[in-house]
Amino acid sequence: MLNITLEKRPSDSKTMSYLSPLFAILLTLISGGLLFATLGQDPFHALYTFFIAPLTDVYGWTELGVKVAPLTLCAMGLMLCFKARIWNIGAEGQFILGGLGGGYIALELLEAEGAWVLPLVLLFGALSGLLWGALTALLKTRFGANEILTTIMLNYIALNWLLYGVHGPLKDPDGFNFPESALFSDFATLPVLSDDYRLNISIFFALIAVAAIWALMSKTLLGFQIAVLGEDKSAARFAGFKEERLIWFVLLACGALAGLAGVSEVTGSVGQLNPYISPGYGYAAIIVAFLGRMHPVGIVFASMLLALTYMGGEMAQMDLSLPKSLTGLFQGMLLFYLLACDLLISYRIVRKPAARAISSSTNPAQA
Amino acid sequence: MNQIELNNITKRYPGCIANQAVELTVAPGEIHALLGENGAGKSTLMKIIYGVVKPDEGTMRWQGQEIVVKGPAHARELGIGMVFQHFSLFETLTVAENIALSLPKEEAKSLELLKQRIIEVSEHYGMKLDPNRYVHTLSIGEQQRVEIVRCLLQDVKLLILDEPTSVLTPQEVETLFKTLHLLSDEGCSILFISHKLDEVRALCDHATILKAGQVSGHCIPKETTTEELARLMVGDDTPLTEDYKKAEGAETYLSIVDLSHQSDDPFACTLKNISLEVKSGEILGIAGVAGNGQEELLNLISGEDTSAKETVFFAEKAVGNLTPEKRRVLGLGFVPEERLGRGAVPDMSLQDNGLLTGYQGDLTKNGLINTSKVKAFAQKIIEKFNVKAAGIHAQAKSLSGGNLQKYIIGREILQNPKLLVCSHPTWGVDIGAAILIRHELIKLRDQGCAVLVVSEDIDELYSISDRICAICDGELSPLAPTHDVSINQLGLWMAGDFQNHEITADVNPSSASQAPAQDPTQEGAL
Repeated sequence: MLNITLEKRPSDSKTMSYLSPLFAILLTLISGGLLFATLGQDPFHALYTFFIAPLTDVYGWTELGVKVAPLTLCAMGLMLCFKARIWNIGAEGQFILGGLGGGYIALELLEAEGAWVLPLVLLFGALSGLLWGALTALLKTRFGANEILTTIMLNYIALNWLLYGVHGPLKDPDGFNFPESALFSDFATLPVLSDDYRLNISIFFALIAVAAIWALMSKTLLGFQIAVLGEDKSAARFAGFKEERLIWFVLLACGALAGLAGVSEVTGSVGQLNPYISPGYGYAAIIVAFLGRMHPVGIVFASMLLALTYMGGEMAQMDLSLPKSLTGLFQGMLLFYLLACDLLISYRIVRKPAARAISSSTNPAQA
Repeated sequence: MNQIELNNITKRYPGCIANQAVELTVAPGEIHALLGENGAGKSTLMKIIYGVVKPDEGTMRWQGQEIVVKGPAHARELGIGMVFQHFSLFETLTVAENIALSLPKEEAKSLELLKQRIIEVSEHYGMKLDPNRYVHTLSIGEQQRVEIVRCLLQDVKLLILDEPTSVLTPQEVETLFKTLHLLSDEGCSILFISHKLDEVRALCDHATILKAGQVSGHCIPKETTTEELARLMVGDDTPLTEDYKKAEGAETYLSIVDLSHQSDDPFACTLKNISLEVKSGEILGIAGVAGNGQEELLNLISGEDTSAKETVFFAEKAVGNLTPEKRRVLGLGFVPEERLGRGAVPDMSLQDNGLLTGYQGDLTKNGLINTSKVKAFAQKIIEKFNVKAAGIHAQAKSLSGGNLQKYIIGREILQNPKLLVCSHPTWGVDIGAAILIRHELIKLRDQGCAVLVVSEDIDELYSISDRICAICDGELSPLAPTHDVSINQLGLWMAGDFQNHEITADVNPSSASQAPAQDPTQEGAL
């Protein structure tokens, strides 16, 4: 008889905290393979199509970069919040508001010319996201409203603002009544790295954000205070850190970063406002932050993996005629397995050593 | 025939052996002490007897029969009762309801009958209890009675008490001892766990001493000196002598003037017209049973809670409305009661925990952390305060209570505070670490720091404080030089009887001079 049990480790295993994402990926691949098999596909071919085929040419890698940029920006902001144990689920709404706010300015400036247009558009996008984050911060610090609930609700409000915009005042008058805005002018469009591909300079925004937040968390007192607040509120109060100010900071920073991601998306690869400006980047970024172990470098890699699930979903749709919702399925499995594997950071599996000793002393007693 | 006999009990936990080949024998009617430092394995052994923990090896005989205790319910059936250090009572239920919860179904059926029995049993053992009172209205001592009576209702043959006196006033301890003697006369065996060696000597017939999970000795406490007992517990290399000179102190550093405070928390204690002064170069001790306003008072001194500006002064600067970090700039060091989860972040390294309150010195500059200085600071604390840890990267939660406390106190002391406030500095800390901590507090005092110590350990307060007082129900007793306050007097103060102070005040002119300053406060409180 197998007699295994979970036992608390004396202290958390660092190795396991790095191995856990790898286990999660492996389990996702196995489950994915089984899933493909039951759908009547050759699992190896299907997994190849999903995870390898998208990256077999330069175009694939540049497309990966197009998706990595917004994912990383959102995830870096979320990481700040999660470090402080502020469970901000609102990157999606902040992303959309960023796109909407920046897009609005870009549409106002359709006729404007000059190098100042783009920075202004980006600034407005980031500010719009920041304001959306500020709403959550206000509700949290003033009224003690749970940020999980408020951010989720604000996500829907943001989406409906966007829908209202593209169905109403921001609709392209020459757009045959399609729910989308006019295309932005060249001055309000992010420059691409090469004319052959869609990859634009937003990837640099992401890299700068990674460096800045890495420095913030590892080198500054502010970062330390955020970490302490997340780990242990009473210790933060005891040490004299200002809880409310820190909550405001992380929510505003996350809002600005997600807003920047949103405005970069609409002024970059989308080029206009439409109802589909976010394929759920704000939600996927939650998985990125956890999968990346709340560490900037880990987040970059996790962003690449999650970006790949978007591309894999499209590829599977084209080559295997499978539904695109595979993307969400794989993202969900990843998070699910990750949370399960994370149990092994604080616990380990042991064969019950006591079982034999106990039973040998039990038997004579009962006999 | 022995009441209980443990043979070769061994229990291993990951990373440590809690009990190794422990033998223990208790005769019927015997009061047996189990002594040992923190982490020596006393609690594990008690939990094994009570069936909470299963031993890896070894056997247990109960009245000559070899048995395996399947769990606490089984233990109670056998006649083993246990009173834990932390009570498991529902505050919103009455005494009778709480007791009914732990009884077998048949016995708990009629609450009226049960109430009758509670009254009978509690009166028989001299610990009066009203079964209709709600637990939250009881004092800690009375709550303990509920726990004990709960055991006694069930024809108990072996009563295990885990540090029962740590929460009691001296008078309550006496009552408890009378009850225990009565029980033992009736043939009930008692296992008594305590740190307080004087009590063990006064009460117990035999003692077994545990050290690092193994039995390190047996003795008859009445024939053994306290020093010998302590030596058996800590081994040979820890100095035991503690005889500190009392100091006078210089200028007043901390003064609290007529501070009244009602917290938002409905369960918090309301502070009433508290006034006190702590001088640089003296230690003021505040005695009192936990939950009488100590926590609220300390929060107001540390700045975690704030009051009107002109109620708390550091060196004549009004600080009542300032935040903790501003008070730290003015020279406050603070050692809170909760080590993990306030004094230190459990999952963070010692290095980061050094930065937790050390961030205002040269460990940071313009908001940037100087990592090498933070490391050096953590290393210095570990070396100077003899902290046993795997290194500066060890998580705070991996340290034993005593070592973590040394680290926290070291962290505060090395920042050269002008006022150090310590809450229960040696609570749950082993003797070796406790001596080191007290020694450091005295050293700090001699360097001219004002030190305020809140403790439930009266021996400790007598040993280190220069002046002493007690807090009860949010009111502060008069303050007097320690050697003018008898232990009886302090016990009365702890119980809230401040009137008898006149007796000591008359005897002693130095405290009489303080008495007038206290009078308005007293009247205000009434």
